Order: sequence, then C-alpha cells, then structure tokens
Amino acid sequence: MLWRNAWRKFVNYFMFSMTGLCALVTVGVLFFILGYLVWNGGTSLSWAFLTHLPTPVGESGGGMGNAIVGSAKLLLLASAFGIPIGFLGGVYLAEFGGRAFPFVVRYTADLLNGVPSIVMGIFAYTIVVLPMKHFSTLAGGLALGVMMIPIAVRTTEEALRTVPVVLREGGLALGASKWKTIATVVVPAARKGIVTGIILDIARVAGETAPLLFTAFSNRFWSPGWNQPTASLPVMVYTYAISPYDDWHKQAWAAGLVLLALVLVANVAAKLFVSGRTAH
Amino acid sequence: MTTSDAGGATMVTQESRPAQSVGGTVAADDIKMRVSGLDFYYGPKQTLFGVSLEVLTNRITALIGPSGCGKSTFLRTLNRMYETVPHARAEGEILFDNEDLLAMDPVTLRRRVGMVFQRPNPFPKSIFDNIAYGLRVNGTHGGAALKEKVEKSLRRAALWDEVKDQLQKSAYALSGGQQQRLCIARALAVDPEVLLLDEPCSALDPIATAKIEELLFSLQDQCTLIIVTHNMQQAARVADFTGFFLLGELIEYNKTEIIFKTPAKKETEDYITGRFG
Repeated sequence: MLWRNAWRKFVNYFMFSMTGLCALVTVGVLFFILGYLVWNGGTSLSWAFLTHLPTPVGESGGGMGNAIVGSAKLLLLASAFGIPIGFLGGVYLAEFGGRAFPFVVRYTADLLNGVPSIVMGIFAYTIVVLPMKHFSTLAGGLALGVMMIPIAVRTTEEALRTVPVVLREGGLALGASKWKTIATVVVPAARKGIVTGIILDIARVAGETAPLLFTAFSNRFWSPGWNQPTASLPVMVYTYAISPYDDWHKQAWAAGLVLLALVLVANVAAKLFVSGRTAH
Repeated sequence: MTTSDAGGATMVTQESRPAQSVGGTVAADDIKMRVSGLDFYYGPKQTLFGVSLEVLTNRITALIGPSGCGKSTFLRTLNRMYETVPHARAEGEILFDNEDLLAMDPVTLRRRVGMVFQRPNPFPKSIFDNIAYGLRVNGTHGGAALKEKVEKSLRRAALWDEVKDQLQKSAYALSGGQQQRLCIARALAVDPEVLLLDEPCSALDPIATAKIEELLFSLQDQCTLIIVTHNMQQAARVADFTGFFLLGELIEYNKTEIIFKTPAKKETEDYITGRFG
C-alpha cells in the first residue's frame, strides 16, 4: 500500500515536471531565437539599414530598404488576391453549402494547405513567370496569395460557425434576405475571429522564402511597379546567409530580426484587436 | 363548440381535423390566418398531422402543449422560418389575408409576419442599430424618419424610458428581460400585421415575464399575436384563444376560458390539470 502510494506520487511529480519542462522549452525557443537575432543582428540595425539599398560586395554599410518595401508589396498583392477568395469561400462553406460539395472544398483546402511551399513557387513560375518571360512582384504575390487561401477559408468558416443560429434567424425574421443577413449580422458578429485569422495568415506567408525564389526572384535595386523582379526579406536572409562575407552574415541576422519583429507586431495587433472589441 | 361551422373550411386529407373555429360564425375579414389540413415533415418524419385552425385579427392566440408536441414547428410554418432547416416541408393550406402563404415569397412574408424567439437574440450592435435593422432592410434610411420610428418602437415595447440615454450602447449591456423587449421592439419597428412569439418568456424571471405580458396586452389592438408557451398560466392570463397540441395534432382549439374551464377533450383536461406533460 505504502509502496503504491509512493509510486503514485512519483508518477505525479514526474509527469508534472515533464509537462512543465516542455512548456518551458516552448517559451524558451522563441526567446532564444529572439535573443540570438538581437545579439547577432542588432548591431547592424540602423535607420540606414531600414531605408538604404544594399551596397556592392566589399563596401560596408548599406541596407535592405528595397527588400522591406518589396516584402510589403508582395504581401499587399497576396492579400488582395488571397483574402477575398478565401473569405468568400469560407462564407460559402459556413452559410450556403449542402453536404457533398462543402466536404470536397474543405478537404481540398486542407490538402492545399499541405502543399509544400516550393511547389506553390513552381506553380506560380509556370503560370506567370514562363508566359511573361521574366520574374516579377506579380508572380511572387500570386504564389503567396494562393498559399493564403486555405487558411483564410478555414478561419472564416470556423469564425462564422461560432455565430449562434438565433442571430441568423433574427435577421431572416425581420425580412432580410439570406445574403443581407450574412452581410449585416453574421459577418459583423464574427469579425473578430475573421480578422484575427487573416492577420495570422498574412504573418505566416510573410516569412515564406521558397515560393519567392523563382517568382519574385531578387533585386539589388528598387523595384518600381509590379512587373519587375523584387527583393524581399526572406530571400535576402537566404542569399546573405549563404554568402561567404562576414558583413553580409550580420545583415542577414538583422533582416531576420526585422522579419520576426514584423510578424510579432502583426500577432500582437491581432490580439489587441480581439480584446479591444470584446465589449460587443 | 369545436365545430367547423364558420367559413366552410375544407378538409384536405382524411386524418385532418375540421378547421377549428371559435365563437360561432366569424366574419371572413376577421380571420387573419386560416390553416387547413397542415402536415409537416422533417425529411421522412412527420411532425404535424392535419392541423386546422383560424387565427382572428387583433386577438392573442396561445398555443400550449408538452415539449415536442409540434407547437413551435407550427409557429415556424406561419412565417416559413422552417425553411432554414434542410429537408423540412409543409403540406396543406395556409391562407393569410386570403393569400396562399406557402406560395408567397418568404422575404416579403416575413416583413408582414414578425417573430420573437425563445431566447433574446439581439444583434451584436447598438440598441439603436438593433431597432433600425428591420427598417433599414426595408428601405428606411435617413436620420429623422429613422430616429422617430426607433423611438416609437421602443415606446411601444415599453423600453424607451429605460434606454433613451444609452441608444448607442451595445444591446448586450441590457438585462435579459430588456433584451427580450428590445427584440419585440425590433420586430414591431417594421409594423408587422402578425407577431409570432415562440416561448418569449421561458428564459426570463417572473418580473420580466409580467412586463412582457403587459406589453402583449397593449399590442393587441395594433397587431395579431400568436404565442407559443409552456406556461399554462401565461396562456390563461394573456390569450383570447388557446389551442392545445399533442403529438403533432391540434387536439382542441377554443376560447381560452372554455379550454381552461370546460375542455371538450379528455387529453386537454389531463394536460391542463397537470396529470401529464
């Protein structure tokens, strides 16, 4: 009896320690990465780094202004393309679908979500870069936009499903058509979930490198318009990190830091948006 | 008393009961809705069997019966709300001001037949926007006219004095009873001819319930009310006419007084005396 008691206590403490340890590792990894980035890249971070063009090899200084602007443009294009399709698809799944077709769409969206990002790159390469015969912001934005669709679909659908049926009936009972009810009651009631999901979706593709390698490619200069190759932060990190120059390594760290900071800011913004609206 | 003398209501199927009308002969234009031989199905499962009754204009009609007896389903056929459920269908005839209700455009129908639900379901919007919703959907825009109608609806629902200084606050800040009156005001804002109430007090405390009942009284000269309720005292207190449902059939329909004092059917008597249900 005594022995069993002792054993039970041991198992209890052991499992408690294990779960606690793993929780610590989870937190630790993020702070380790953040600390390492600041340690290695912090010194290269400056106003010039954020605004200037890269310098040729051998010259010190220079920055990644073009990559930051390039990433912003790519994400803007991806959002303009991926969010409406994902959002409306999610509305269809949650509000209009019957049984069979939504099942197929949902399953396909999950599969699409699992398609390796490099394959997305090949896809955009084939349908945009090859016909146009050059790399462009357009092609990169399209690749990222396709990647955004599945998550936008599923988060929109899930957010809409949390809206109680009685709210839909309330709208219909007042003589609103189904679409009117969705647009004026259901979607506003679910907007917190939808907006959060979409911001996290953007943050996720912000760090994608593989689909940009042969779509947006890279560029050492500013890339006006949408029709030319453009630099982007993830590709810059990749290019600079595998280079043989110490100076470039430091800049790669700094670019990684900027990228991570942007993603964290997007995350925090999404959380604040949610908690700021809980009054409703 | 439960004869089919008035209006020569037609029988549709064999199991359908004769249209149960009340109070002897009733002038045809006093009848707001005439239901004849209504059958209702969820997929293969039939839940209403040959329901026939007449709803009189500007009166309060209560529908009582144990859970699952079909009274809510019946109510939901009257504004075709059942159509949100896949594979649900109604067969039979419902005349609404002598128009075939089952053939009308549901959106148009629901603008004339409002509904209040079991649980208060205000939209996650301000108090003002909740009331204005139906008006905006029906094409009333513009400040002054909208404001005036919102105020009028809130007054009709006896809520104005409690909320007039906080119209821009979220409707969720109101108490349960206030939310339900808000939902009634929201339904009234579009001036429905008929208002359906599906157990509107089941989630409320006795004081809030009393307020709603008072409100129903005051509304009956402006619109026809049909209320489903679990609470027999409530039916006895507010309704002019009462129908008793059991297992999908309308067992008895008559003046409330008669239903509660001298019911014609044994099932009705058993239910109202609390022997089952």
